[in-house]
Amino acid sequence: MTTATALKSRHLLGIEGLDAGEIELVLETALAMKEVAGRTVKKVPTLRGRTVVNLFFESSTRTRMSFELAEKRLSADTLGMTTAGSSVSKGETLSDTARTIEAMAPDMIVMRHASSGAPHQLARVCKASIINAGDGTHEHPTQALLDAFTIKERKGRLAGLRVAIVGDLLHSRVLRSNVYLLTKMGATVIACGPATLIPPGLGQLGVEVTTRLDEAVTGADVVMMLRVQHERMHGLFLPSVREYFTQFGLTPARMSRAAADAIVMHPGPMNRGVEIDSEVADGPWSVILDQVSNGVAVRMAVLYLLAGGEEA
Amino acid sequence: MSKFEVRSAKFEGILKNVHVVDPVAGRNGRFDILIENGRIARVGRDLPAGNARVVELPESCVVTPGLIDIHVHLREPGQEHKETIATGTASAVAGGFTAVACMPNTDPVNDHASVTEFIMKRAAEAGRARVYPIGAVSIGSKGAQLTEIGDLRAAGCVAISDDGRPVATALLMRRALEYATMFGMPVIDHCEDPSLKSDGVAHEGAVATMLGLKGLAGAAESIVVERDISVAEMVGGHVHVAHMSARQSLRAVQTGKDRGIKVTSEVTPHHFVLTDEALRSNGGYDTNTKMNPPLREEADRVAMIEGLRDGSIDVIATDHAPHHADEKALEFDRAPFGIVGLETAVPLCLDRLVHAGVVSMPRFVELLSANPARVLGLPGGTIAEGAPADLTVLSPDTEVTIHARSLVSKSKNTPFDGWTLKGSVAATIVGGVVVYTNSGLMPVATALRV
Repeated sequence: MTTATALKSRHLLGIEGLDAGEIELVLETALAMKEVAGRTVKKVPTLRGRTVVNLFFESSTRTRMSFELAEKRLSADTLGMTTAGSSVSKGETLSDTARTIEAMAPDMIVMRHASSGAPHQLARVCKASIINAGDGTHEHPTQALLDAFTIKERKGRLAGLRVAIVGDLLHSRVLRSNVYLLTKMGATVIACGPATLIPPGLGQLGVEVTTRLDEAVTGADVVMMLRVQHERMHGLFLPSVREYFTQFGLTPARMSRAAADAIVMHPGPMNRGVEIDSEVADGPWSVILDQVSNGVAVRMAVLYLLAGGEEA
Repeated sequence: MSKFEVRSAKFEGILKNVHVVDPVAGRNGRFDILIENGRIARVGRDLPAGNARVVELPESCVVTPGLIDIHVHLREPGQEHKETIATGTASAVAGGFTAVACMPNTDPVNDHASVTEFIMKRAAEAGRARVYPIGAVSIGSKGAQLTEIGDLRAAGCVAISDDGRPVATALLMRRALEYATMFGMPVIDHCEDPSLKSDGVAHEGAVATMLGLKGLAGAAESIVVERDISVAEMVGGHVHVAHMSARQSLRAVQTGKDRGIKVTSEVTPHHFVLTDEALRSNGGYDTNTKMNPPLREEADRVAMIEGLRDGSIDVIATDHAPHHADEKALEFDRAPFGIVGLETAVPLCLDRLVHAGVVSMPRFVELLSANPARVLGLPGGTIAEGAPADLTVLSPDTEVTIHARSLVSKSKNTPFDGWTLKGSVAATIVGGVVVYTNSGLMPVATALRV
């Protein structure tokens, strides 16, 4: 694999559309960006004069903050719009919303939306670059990139690693983006969750699928836990929190089956005592806070590359 | 609408030595058709022309009994921004259909004879395709109380259905079948288990998983098909499965037919032409690929093709479901289900079934004319002496490119925009009146103009 010199698309809609060389380019660029965070003056003039709109149709704290910080460190002018629900709740179509934003001539739109595919639909009508900050249960590409960056930082590579992804697979955009990324980069992915939360056809995406956590964790270099929403805990998906933790909670005992130097990841926010035992979350395996710091560097890299990779 | 300038052209004369395909009458060859006073006077070889005007068609044209679409949504009353009876029937004749049966999920629902009468009146005013209303099974299609089915029948309804929704319960299905059978009407069911459907928007499978769209499994359909067949086995009556899409449903229908149960089914062109892969094409999430039942996977599409070939599927119907562009310009999971189908059906069927060697021309006519008439007990489906002259003139070898913008329907929601297909409609004749000619493509218009 050779590192690409530029991204082919002017949008980042998902990992599915990237090739291995482009992923490598983002990761290498992020390494340079990470250095900025270590400086006293944590700011470079790279995106000076560029306008970035953070368009969040779904509440988000950490992703929005991470993007904002990345934009500010690159000296972009940023403005945010957070609105619950979809465009239709205001009587507007999605393309109306797009055209309204577009009229303000932003260079980039960072978009989170509860509907899968909303950024793809917007990208068809917008001149600005669209960065998908999470669409429904589809993709969350910058999360997968920051996860890959964090894994590489610890393991030095992605190819050949055994990565277990555990939790609510059905509703997880983090899962999908990570599956695309890790399989493209030559890692082995084992997806594990309760049978009620495994999307049909997942195996066709090139991953092993299991409902046994012990099996998934055994020999794993990376264990990536996914959040399980509380509203799924008392209905037809799962009987109770207690049973979920018994069957799928990551405990030190279970981690003992993983590789000796295994790391544990979580995209946050964590449900302690639901999918992850605090002893694991705070233990030596955990790289969860590294993921947060790396998120800023990776998002800086994405913004920089989509802006054309040139300084203003 | 210059295309309709010839709509008042009363056609009187003799179609001389034209290729007639009429499987009910056992005709597939060159015949003369004498039309007088809007009716078929005679069909035969070497008929004496007498004083009749002699009309010749291009050799490649095929004359069939008028095509009949037994599953359309004309949206009037109540949703005239999507379609009206006038625009919907204009779309029908532009697609080669001389008659349509319209579903009752209007606003108000066609659950009362007064609504049926309104539809009949509007259809007569429009004066294009014949319109056969389908009444609701239950008041408001809410699944609780039977409609006055006898009254609906008397007002002109030809079947009952709660389409858009399934017949809510096995008990309602039982009572509806028992009651409708008194009037010789089938019960048409939109087969779907609501709990399994939930808020699904795409066929449950690898594509929906990749796109992060909520799944709608084939079994959600077949479970209700099986239910309906069991109910029909118990009480008799005729169940017709609307827009069948899942291979499991086809198996259920086949075994039902084998057991001697009166179950018939229809499939839409989009379900035998497209698969859920269409949801990924052109950048993905095109809401014109969203319909219910959803585009299914290849194994289902192939099963539908096989059902069309082996005779276990009775009818091709379009499920013509117009929606305004603003309604479709929403997020995929929020946009309404459905696509328009009246003007794309003939090219899709000729290209993908006839030219592809799946079915013969006589079988094509069975699927789009003879069987639709038989299933709903409608007049037509064959070119019979004494019957109204409802004819479709096809130009099976003419290529057409579908342009959503140019559709006659008020709505343009089609996934086939830009498709070039082999096979088109040359003219549509209803009651001896030429209601449509595709004069831009064929010289037929001149030939037919009298």
